[in-house]
Amino acid sequence: MALLQLSEPGESTAPHQHRLAVGIDLGTTNSLVATVRHSIPECLPDEAGRRLLPSVVRYLKGGLTVVGVDALAAESTDPRNTIASVKRLMGRGPADTDPGMRARYDLTDAAGMVRINTVAGPRSPVEISSEILKVLRARAEETLGGDLVGAVITVPAYFDDAQRQATKDAARLAGLNVLRLLNEPTAAAIAYGLDEAAEGIYAVFDLGGGTFDFSVLRLSRGVFEVMATSGDSALGGDDFDEVLAQWLHKQAAGADLDCGANRALLSEARRVKEALTTEASVIARVPQLGGGVRTVDVTVETFQSLTRTLVERCLQPVKKALRDAALKVADIQAVVLVGGATRMPHVRAAVKAYFGREPFIDIDPDKVVAIGAAVQANVLAGNRRADEDWLLLDVIPLSLGLETMGGLVEKIVPRNATIPVAKAQEFTTFKDGQTAMSIHVVQGERELVSDCRSLARFELRDIPPMVAGAARIRVTFQIDADGLLSVSAREQGTGVESTVTVKPSYGLSDDEVANMLKAGFEHATDDMKARALREQKVDAERLIEATRQALAEDADLLSLAEAQRIDAAIAALATAREGTEHLVIKASIEALSAATADFAARRMDKAIRTALTGSRVDSL
Amino acid sequence: MQDYFSLFQLPEKFALQTASLESAYRGVQAQVHPDRFAHRSEAERRVAMQWATHANEAYRALRNPVERARYLLKRRGVEIDAERNTAMSHAFLMQQMAWREAVEESAGKADLLSRLEQDLQRDEGVMLDDLQHALDDSNDLAGSAELVRRLMFMEKLRSEIDDALALLDN
Repeated sequence: MALLQLSEPGESTAPHQHRLAVGIDLGTTNSLVATVRHSIPECLPDEAGRRLLPSVVRYLKGGLTVVGVDALAAESTDPRNTIASVKRLMGRGPADTDPGMRARYDLTDAAGMVRINTVAGPRSPVEISSEILKVLRARAEETLGGDLVGAVITVPAYFDDAQRQATKDAARLAGLNVLRLLNEPTAAAIAYGLDEAAEGIYAVFDLGGGTFDFSVLRLSRGVFEVMATSGDSALGGDDFDEVLAQWLHKQAAGADLDCGANRALLSEARRVKEALTTEASVIARVPQLGGGVRTVDVTVETFQSLTRTLVERCLQPVKKALRDAALKVADIQAVVLVGGATRMPHVRAAVKAYFGREPFIDIDPDKVVAIGAAVQANVLAGNRRADEDWLLLDVIPLSLGLETMGGLVEKIVPRNATIPVAKAQEFTTFKDGQTAMSIHVVQGERELVSDCRSLARFELRDIPPMVAGAARIRVTFQIDADGLLSVSAREQGTGVESTVTVKPSYGLSDDEVANMLKAGFEHATDDMKARALREQKVDAERLIEATRQALAEDADLLSLAEAQRIDAAIAALATAREGTEHLVIKASIEALSAATADFAARRMDKAIRTALTGSRVDSL
Repeated sequence: MQDYFSLFQLPEKFALQTASLESAYRGVQAQVHPDRFAHRSEAERRVAMQWATHANEAYRALRNPVERARYLLKRRGVEIDAERNTAMSHAFLMQQMAWREAVEESAGKADLLSRLEQDLQRDEGVMLDDLQHALDDSNDLAGSAELVRRLMFMEKLRSEIDDALALLDN
């Protein structure tokens, strides 16, 4: 054991102050967790030394779960309870469920999102994803020897609001504090850009297991600015497996397969696909109904011609993003390949042919996203080094619109707008005394509501009753730095704040997530309960300390009554902290946070104004 | 929130160096972006988000010359109501019709559409020079407003041509 822990040069925080944070790549096929230790980002292995965790969850009778390699091994023996590629169902409603997934599992169309029926009962894609995240969280906490302050979770850049929200909910269920949802190609760009101190315009071609993203970024003096992003959230390596599996089945001329044999066929197709990366031909062992196999010889040429249309499909989003960014192929300085599916030689060849240059593959395409996420998580957790000065400016992938008369869409925020972004729009009532109205928000580029994806219906209530057309309700649509939408409304004449309730078209409601969290806690072991108590006590301590310091610095920003309210809330939390009920402490933390919210906002505003004035003095 | 020009500490003029706007924008985002405050309380993060949103909006508006002119005019009390106020000169209306016809005739022909787009761009360049003179030198508000309306028409037409070219690309 080292008695002396030496701090890295330039590292501002002493080792004991280093806040543990991780980046998680929650992939369709594999997931990874990475962190920055001693200034170096690295993917964390499990006890057997494996870094990739297969994104497969198996449910056992009684509710126990197996995740990863062991689950994958049961794919063909217990196919209905062994869920792979669940990312394809995240934030998806009954109408847009992937047909392959529908064939493979026993799905129920529930309100909002489909459920998969397993031996342990119906499970939402959010719950299944949270099982993967829980394993990665445990791996990180065991390896790093402490509780995580937070995680950056990556999502395909082309994920819409519902898919992002579902990912965030899954992280919450896994007990992770989400510091940021980060777009996968952007994460890769961070990993490359910081590594090479690059400048110029870069393209990231990210073909994963189930999703395809293409992003164009400008790197300049430490700023990563996404210029345009595009993609296909239902195109990935899985689709290559599927095409090959169908062809193999036809070649072997067998009878229709049952569920288990089908899964065995798919995994054989994946093996053959991967082997064809280096071999000119591979003997496939095609499973037959009722056992046995037939062999089929697959050449690289056959595989490539079978999947040529899939490769061509990747080029459409590439052209679209370049057009959106008003760039030509020649403007791109380098192309980075990300995602396991970019190992296929014909994918690489297509990228090379289109851009007329050899793509970058210096960082392992399986790991690069998790590495970039870890670097971002480290900075967001507050471990920024003094010399580490970079900033990320990302965009929304799809336009945001409102339903207007006749089922048409009025675009309010265009795709590729830099986030955070807001748009205010004024509405009026059309009936005398009308106190409520509904606003339908959609995402997509098409003109008809029916061709776009429904995000949510927002019900505005408590509009002051007036004659028709007199009310002027200003509705603000805010997209935050995670790419998530929130809506607020205010009547302009009276200043009355309307209540906005969201009915998400897809996904889980807040109540559902809260119930799942509660149910999870009821089944928790004493260990976990003790840990929750410990966490709340630490949080309480931290909040009291921070509040006292803020009061010492900026008491002049508060009225006497406000100061008294805050003092009372501090006293209440100090008392609750001595108890053993974690929920009581949690409630008192929330009460103090609420009492200090305005104060914190004012302090922040003051700090920003001072900082902006300071930069003016610097520049003179 | 501050007006766009003060936020970026730039003179309130139409003439603008893209490089100084970019560097000012990056400087402001470096101070206010929510990523700088991810470990802080929700109330603080919300304030950061509002400032970053404001900076993005300001940057978007000032970067585009037509938007920038509209913003300057609004600050001088002139609202461009493009939908209702279509009082454009007879000559420009004739020109509009000619362009529309040209776009229709070029439908499906990428080379013709591209050439048309270049012609439009060249004409827009001349109009932008006039606009700069009208706003910065002579403070001709009515003249500026007319130029802005014309340029808005040109932008719309050019985006239609872009869409047509995009369709041909696929």
